[in-house]
Amino acid sequence: MRSTTRNTLHTTESIMADKRLDIKGQVCPYTFVRSKLVLEKMNIGEILEIVTDHRPALNDIPKNMEHEGQKVLKIEQSPDEAWHIFIMKNSEKC
Amino acid sequence: MDFTDDQIMRYSRHILLPEVGGTGQEKILNAKVVLVGAGGLGSVVGYYLAAAGVGTIGIVDNDRIEISNLQRQIAHNTARIGRFKADSAKETYEALNSDIQVITYKERLTSRNIKDIITGYDIVVDGSDNFPTRYLVNDACVMLKKILISAAVFRFEGQVMSIYPGDGPCYRCLFENPPPPGMVPSCQEAGILGVVPGVIGSMQATEVIKTILGIGQSLKGSLLIWNALDMSFRRIKVPRNRECLMCGDDPTIINLIDYEQFCSTNN
Repeated sequence: MRSTTRNTLHTTESIMADKRLDIKGQVCPYTFVRSKLVLEKMNIGEILEIVTDHRPALNDIPKNMEHEGQKVLKIEQSPDEAWHIFIMKNSEKC
Repeated sequence: MDFTDDQIMRYSRHILLPEVGGTGQEKILNAKVVLVGAGGLGSVVGYYLAAAGVGTIGIVDNDRIEISNLQRQIAHNTARIGRFKADSAKETYEALNSDIQVITYKERLTSRNIKDIITGYDIVVDGSDNFPTRYLVNDACVMLKKILISAAVFRFEGQVMSIYPGDGPCYRCLFENPPPPGMVPSCQEAGILGVVPGVIGSMQATEVIKTILGIGQSLKGSLLIWNALDMSFRRIKVPRNRECLMCGDDPTIINLIDYEQFCSTNN
């Protein structure tokens, strides 16, 4: 089931990421900055999985990614209380 | 480019900008900019370019620091009175940002050395305080096709323009020849509000960074004039003069000129 609210975008479909970035321990704005730097080197259509344990990043990363024209596919929480944010590169803005 | 953890933190406010990103910051780190003069204008230009991470900053200045400079030349300080401005500025900028390299040229620019000095740089910034140097820098940049960010200040006013040789006017399109010696007083004679070169120098640094990044609209062909007293900005469109002695269709100036010979000394 898919919700269309940006902050609670959940899908039961599993996503195969092309690259995984573990930024547990990082705080804003470095959560987004580091994600952006990795995404810059990826191709359009590729998917980046960002793993964070910083709650404000759940809002910060998707908001900034969308502002730059990227697509937020899914946000899910894992048992170890980290969140996984899946972003598809959609724009060469970054 | 792989940034270090320190660089990610240092340049994070740049990287956050959609128009910059890591790609833009890499361009800034790879850029080479030379400053003519480390005085009122140059102090501030160099400071902001160092902060931004411009990888190589050249400074051409053979003057020594005097106490009267410190009212506006903020790259220097009281403890350094008597030292070369170029060395002082290098120390200031490298202390702010250890990523950058500052190369000093403690010599007066002349027709004999200018080409060798500026040839290795991408952008030239004119912060000189005299007309012979201003025209020499303009002419050399036109000949070598170097982008030049030119500025001048006087009392409460300052102006700045960007010169893209082959793609817009040069300084001589606006002011064909230097004024007769003694006609225009120097800062020493007329005075200057300390902050004025700070504001204008910041604008020069802005133009440099925009040029490196390839963003925004430059002051190519546009003279921006700011007045501190009423905080007004004026823009004057400067078309390329097809009869310009330097960059026109049939230029007559083919050698660099040392106006110094004909002007009074500017100390």
